[in-house]
Amino acid sequence: MNKISDFSKSFRDSHLVQGVVDEIKRITTQNWVLMEICGGQTHAIMQYGLDQLLPDQIELVHGPGCPVCVTPLDQIDRAHAIASRPEVIFCSFGDMLRVPGSEVDLFTLKARGAQIRVVYSPLDAVRIAQENSDKQVVFFAIGFETTVPANASSVLQAKAIGVENFSILVSQVAVPPAMHAILSSPKNRVQAFLAAGHVCTVMGYWEYHPIANQYKIPIIVTGFEPLDLLQGILLSVRQLEQNQYFVENAYTRAVTETGNQVAQKIIQQVFEPCDRNWRGIGSIPQSGLCLREEYAFFDAEKRFQVEHIQTREHEVCIAGEILQGLKKPFDCPAFGTQCSPTNPLGAPMVSSEGACNAYFRFSKSSIS
Amino acid sequence: MDDQFPTFEGSVCPLPLKNETTIVLGHGSGGLMTHNLIQEVFQAHFQNSFIKAGNDFANTPIPENYQNGKLSISTDGHIISPIFYPGGDIGRLAICGTVNDISMSGSNPLYITASFILEEGLQIADLNKIVLSMQETAEEAGVEIVAGDTKVVEKGKGDGIFISTTGIGWLPDHIQIRGDLARPGDVILISGTIGDHGIAVLSARGDLGFETDLQSDVAPLNHLIQSLITEIPEIHVLRDPTRGGLATTLNEIARQSNVGLMVYDELIPINSTVQSACEMLGFDPLYVANEGKVVVILSKEYKQRALEIMKSNVYGKNAAFIGEVVANHSGHVVLKTSFGTTRMLEMMAGEMLPRIC
Repeated sequence: MNKISDFSKSFRDSHLVQGVVDEIKRITTQNWVLMEICGGQTHAIMQYGLDQLLPDQIELVHGPGCPVCVTPLDQIDRAHAIASRPEVIFCSFGDMLRVPGSEVDLFTLKARGAQIRVVYSPLDAVRIAQENSDKQVVFFAIGFETTVPANASSVLQAKAIGVENFSILVSQVAVPPAMHAILSSPKNRVQAFLAAGHVCTVMGYWEYHPIANQYKIPIIVTGFEPLDLLQGILLSVRQLEQNQYFVENAYTRAVTETGNQVAQKIIQQVFEPCDRNWRGIGSIPQSGLCLREEYAFFDAEKRFQVEHIQTREHEVCIAGEILQGLKKPFDCPAFGTQCSPTNPLGAPMVSSEGACNAYFRFSKSSIS
Repeated sequence: MDDQFPTFEGSVCPLPLKNETTIVLGHGSGGLMTHNLIQEVFQAHFQNSFIKAGNDFANTPIPENYQNGKLSISTDGHIISPIFYPGGDIGRLAICGTVNDISMSGSNPLYITASFILEEGLQIADLNKIVLSMQETAEEAGVEIVAGDTKVVEKGKGDGIFISTTGIGWLPDHIQIRGDLARPGDVILISGTIGDHGIAVLSARGDLGFETDLQSDVAPLNHLIQSLITEIPEIHVLRDPTRGGLATTLNEIARQSNVGLMVYDELIPINSTVQSACEMLGFDPLYVANEGKVVVILSKEYKQRALEIMKSNVYGKNAAFIGEVVANHSGHVVLKTSFGTTRMLEMMAGEMLPRIC
């Protein structure tokens, strides 16, 4: 176990970090707006205070890459309706439990007697289904390309071993359509992307070349350690300063151009692109992944017909604008007052990948 | 006429089966089964005159050399799953929790009472192990378990066993140690690595998805604290960072004392297994529970001596200086990273949840 810590230590070396920071300062001559796609990156930036090391000209805005934040409200309400049924054991990643739906969250339903279990892998949910053949076991399959292969595997495994009381409630989304949506917005301010390293570990970065060309924007595949993030920022600024725009890989220890092709094959076998609503953003064409017809048997949405979902968002919450990089958490009138991790009004305050949560936990605002 | 008289083929009186392996409702009836359980399990292990006397109370003397002081009283409930985990069990946890709570005022813990809520179906062999562990831990701490109570709840209405403990200690008048006494210029020490208990328990639950060799740090800290108090006149705050972890404890102190606390990321001792497990799950070790650690805030001039004393105790061998009390940032905890950047450390919001990817 020592090795993991020792390995990541070198990516947190303060001398190396200072070297990259100095280089960023040296080459920066004007204002630039960079967006890190992934909420994990947002958290690492705030946790290590990396934004404090950057020259004032560089502004980081936070992207939509927070799986629980973009899961649409109607799907969360549907999850709550299914989880409330007495015959259902509802399995979810832990992050999802505190996300507010229109009325309640999964924690509240659990307290009311719903059988809700936190799992670390969808395959655990398949096992729970095997162990509880008199119950319907539903897994809440949310997230970006990082979670899709495991979720697809759970369906393949359930089918292979004939576990019929297992299904998944799908809300999978893909990164490239969201990048298109952000860049084609007339309000867009983003001038370079730090692409999410783990998404690219699965998908590669071949999908990003057309985006870089179409919008003339640098896209840097970036990891999650302090040195990774600063390296991504450095390469972004270098391209911007030199008026270049192409896809560059700053996370070569994990990512290749073509990605993990076994995983991609499993994804394509089980899922197909479909239109998908993003919470706070709206519908993005072909941005979601839905179960293919031959796996429709495992689709919880079809298995449990949930009628009359009437969603209701909190009127003050500006999650949508935050997820598009248009506003920052401090711009929200409810931040830190009405809305906090103990009483979240919107998903970005809940998730360990949400921008509001990161600002709340790690913010330097009150540190002079 | 024969058929008027039933024939008896042995006793038909429905005598209860003597249940020797499992807790059943009858063990909480207050009758013979309860009596036997007390005798065979509790009195067998808690060997002192108070328990042996068999009363519903214990009249305990205040030691003769204790003059001019106050009684310290603390109470605590203990629930944990699993009840046995690497490095400890619920019994050791119950004793250490109360011994440590009493000790954090500078008091010397003397007596403990324990109330047991047992769930039908608990193995008596497990109860025996737990009670023995309590006795061994009490002996290690030098406290006596002087009274107890047992109730049994139906299957499904408990989690095997819950233990509530109350501790009584003696605080001499000259000792002033409280959460509101941290002063700017003071130093902050911790008695060892953080997060060991929380991750060891998660690991024992099988929740990590991988195995670790980590042991819980659950330990009675009264001897370590008494040696600090004996030698160092100016200890201002003692607190054990249990649930909510180090970050939450430091926040409590910052608010109580109305001061800022500045801690240095790279000085906080963390076991590499805990660090790795936290990184994989998206936990922050600063918020993970400890059961055998103490935060010590004291005048700067005693820093080295306090560290020496702590390191000479088996439960303080990884003791470290982690930060200082500052006049600004009143009511807040600020973490300084190795890059020279700073961030606020907030209290833990709710339950820690593993991240998605």
